[in-house]
Amino acid sequence: MRSRLAWLLRRLAQAVPIVVGIAVFNFALLHLAPGDAADVLAGEAGGATPEYVQQLRRRFGLDQPLPVQLGRYLLNVARLDLGFSFRHSMPVSELIFSRLPATLLLMVSAIALAFGLGVLLGVTAARSVNRLADNLISVAALLVYATPIFWLGLMMILLFSVHLGWLPSGGMFTVGADFAGLARATDIARHLVLPAVALALFYTALYTRLMRASMLEVFNLEFVTTARAKGLGERAVAWRHVLRNALLPMVTMLGLQTGSLLGGSVLVETVFGWPGLGRLAFEAVLQRDHNLLLGILLLSSVLVVAVNVVVDMLYAVLDPRIEAAP
Amino acid sequence: MPAPRNPLASLLAGAALLVASQVSMAQEPVRGGTLSMVVQPEPPTLVSAFNSAAPIGVVSTKILEGLLTYDFDMNPKPVLAETWKVSPDGKTITFNLRKGVKWHDGRDFTAADVQFSVMKVWKELHPRGRSTFAKVTAVEMPSPHVAILKLSEPSPYLMSALTSYEGQVLPKHLYEGTDIAQNPYNSKPVGTGPFVFREWQKGNFALLERNPGYWDAKKPYLDKLVLRFIPDASARAAAFETGEVQLGGFSPVPLSDVKRLQASGRFDVETRGYEYLAPMFLMEFNLANPYLKDRRVRHAIAHAIDRDLLVKTVWFGFGTPATGPIPSVLTQFYTAEVPKYPFDPKRAEQLLDEAGFKRAGGGARFRLVHDYLPYGSDYQRTAEYLKQALGKVGIEVELRAQDTAAFLKRVYTDNDFAFTINFFYALPDPTIGVQRIYWSKNIKKGVPFSNASGYADAEADRLIEAIQVEPDRRKRRELINAFQRKVTEDLPVLDLFETRFFTLASKKVQNHTATAEGVYGSFASVWLAK
Repeated sequence: MRSRLAWLLRRLAQAVPIVVGIAVFNFALLHLAPGDAADVLAGEAGGATPEYVQQLRRRFGLDQPLPVQLGRYLLNVARLDLGFSFRHSMPVSELIFSRLPATLLLMVSAIALAFGLGVLLGVTAARSVNRLADNLISVAALLVYATPIFWLGLMMILLFSVHLGWLPSGGMFTVGADFAGLARATDIARHLVLPAVALALFYTALYTRLMRASMLEVFNLEFVTTARAKGLGERAVAWRHVLRNALLPMVTMLGLQTGSLLGGSVLVETVFGWPGLGRLAFEAVLQRDHNLLLGILLLSSVLVVAVNVVVDMLYAVLDPRIEAAP
Repeated sequence: MPAPRNPLASLLAGAALLVASQVSMAQEPVRGGTLSMVVQPEPPTLVSAFNSAAPIGVVSTKILEGLLTYDFDMNPKPVLAETWKVSPDGKTITFNLRKGVKWHDGRDFTAADVQFSVMKVWKELHPRGRSTFAKVTAVEMPSPHVAILKLSEPSPYLMSALTSYEGQVLPKHLYEGTDIAQNPYNSKPVGTGPFVFREWQKGNFALLERNPGYWDAKKPYLDKLVLRFIPDASARAAAFETGEVQLGGFSPVPLSDVKRLQASGRFDVETRGYEYLAPMFLMEFNLANPYLKDRRVRHAIAHAIDRDLLVKTVWFGFGTPATGPIPSVLTQFYTAEVPKYPFDPKRAEQLLDEAGFKRAGGGARFRLVHDYLPYGSDYQRTAEYLKQALGKVGIEVELRAQDTAAFLKRVYTDNDFAFTINFFYALPDPTIGVQRIYWSKNIKKGVPFSNASGYADAEADRLIEAIQVEPDRRKRRELINAFQRKVTEDLPVLDLFETRFFTLASKKVQNHTATAEGVYGSFASVWLAK
């Protein structure tokens, strides 16, 4: 137990330079893009005087030399202050946290759905390998995987919103309806269905293929033969013995994708007008809102590092033979 | 009226009567309802007084007001100013302000708000206001409801810059002594307009509610106005089809979807309401380029482009081929009597030969890189058409894609381009909108939408500067005609076509385009048919 705690502390200490390195790298990378926030604002305004553009730069701190800007940024981050978005006239942390619930709701539902479906379909396919069910599942997974997600989203809108009229075409809730309690939850759920399914379909394909391959590999191991020899039925072998061992690669994949949670999905959020972080980040790129973008990237990198630590610990739980590596 | 000669005629007459009665029925406004309007892209703030970005205008003009509005022929109509008078020498403008108008927080609207807005906001912070109101030296207030603008020189264009979009009046009591551009009320505005700000969820929507104490009693008719930010154009089209949104300006859906939506019979496609902006699609030539500095080459390019084809195919007819720098919607200033460059590839080749750029062994004469404004696929397709059209007369064109920030920096700061496609608002007066493209004093590095071609001509400058101060309407118009002829001959910028934005509206939405301001209007008289 003690050694595990020491291991955790060591991992966290290692994470600090990684995160700082990422911040510096991001900062440098963003400043390679031509044009700055003042250019964009003045361009949107349809013209400006040189004094106005200079005034904007001064206000944004863009008239300072780059190393000074970087130093200031790192200093702020050290004090857990992500800075100020001049475009939105709001602190970056406030902006990010206002979008976080929508992002988490969408990504968690999509990934949970995809993981569940992926396990179910992957196991089913592996159990009937090279027979009809397997072929159907594999072809469907391949098709979904190859379909551009925004196209899939648009087609779902056309079918379920425009033609059938079952579900709303976009947004997160009915604006101005002032629902409360259960009515509000139902309203949000109705808005969530299409974007969550569109996003989940893509991940489902990924998980299904991974699960199938992993199951097939474990089926060939000797302990499976032992299980069969002691008289267990095929169903029990597959779900109780093979599945647990085959889940390891799935957990790795889940960890990777949880890391990208914060980034959201730009395409799905754009097509469905979902007010998430992905779009916020994407628009920040176009608007050269560097403070905001750096904030989102930094939080994402912290999350990736944290999730990696958790995944390493999960391995040990799933398969006791794996010790948390020193 | 003679008796109908045949049954068909009487049927038609009956139908006409029926239509007439439906129209008259539709004239009675109904109170109530929520209008959902789509706005793209999402605005950075909600106050137009010092930021003229298009989407801000759509939201802001419902909450805050200007002194005037304009009918489709650009004649001023009262809003916060009830009457006004320009002195004969053009140096004194008196506004009698509407009495009994209250800000949404309950304070009285007075001349002090106008004085503050002119002197501290428009004149100092508005990107165009700085030049429009440059000659205003003081605003006098002999009484709380009279504001008198004192000018050092006549500014005949000033009277066309007083809409809520171009000259928005801000509440002095909330802005005085603050950093105006960073004031928290910029994202929760307090105005005098027909709608009161209620909520703004970034990335999602803004919600406005009826102002029960609006000065124009009985108005507005709507209870709520929802402004939705839907980033994808096809998703916007779907939202129109499901009825989730009923109104959108600035061509809110892909041009290729318009016919289908129109055919459903549920929507109106309105191209009026953009007269105030008078958008122009044009090509900026970099006159420092070794080929383009030759006027014959620019003339040749003009002859090589089939503008009719461009408008009809790429822009689905949403445009009118341009003849010169001032769009024809500005009827007070437009002249068709300028040098013309009809589509004539032979003439283009001849001009290029004369300029000494002969085809080398039947191949290309020279090569140019083309930067196009990255505002979507219509712009890209236009660039592709130009590549094709210029290729036919021996000018090889390579397209260069980039995002908006990179484009603006390349063209207006680094001057590292050969020719662009771009669009400008001509705005209601040449001094406010058009001169910035041609005036040598507006060759300013780092200023977007300035004179990027580097055109500096003494005669053009003389005309531009005379237009700024000429108070006599007839003489001013002659100067403006001469200016149009001059720059169309020199062609530092090629005006391709007048962009026709359209407003898409469900047939239930009435009065959405009531003035030349279109979707920049206050929406006080917008109502929803049952």
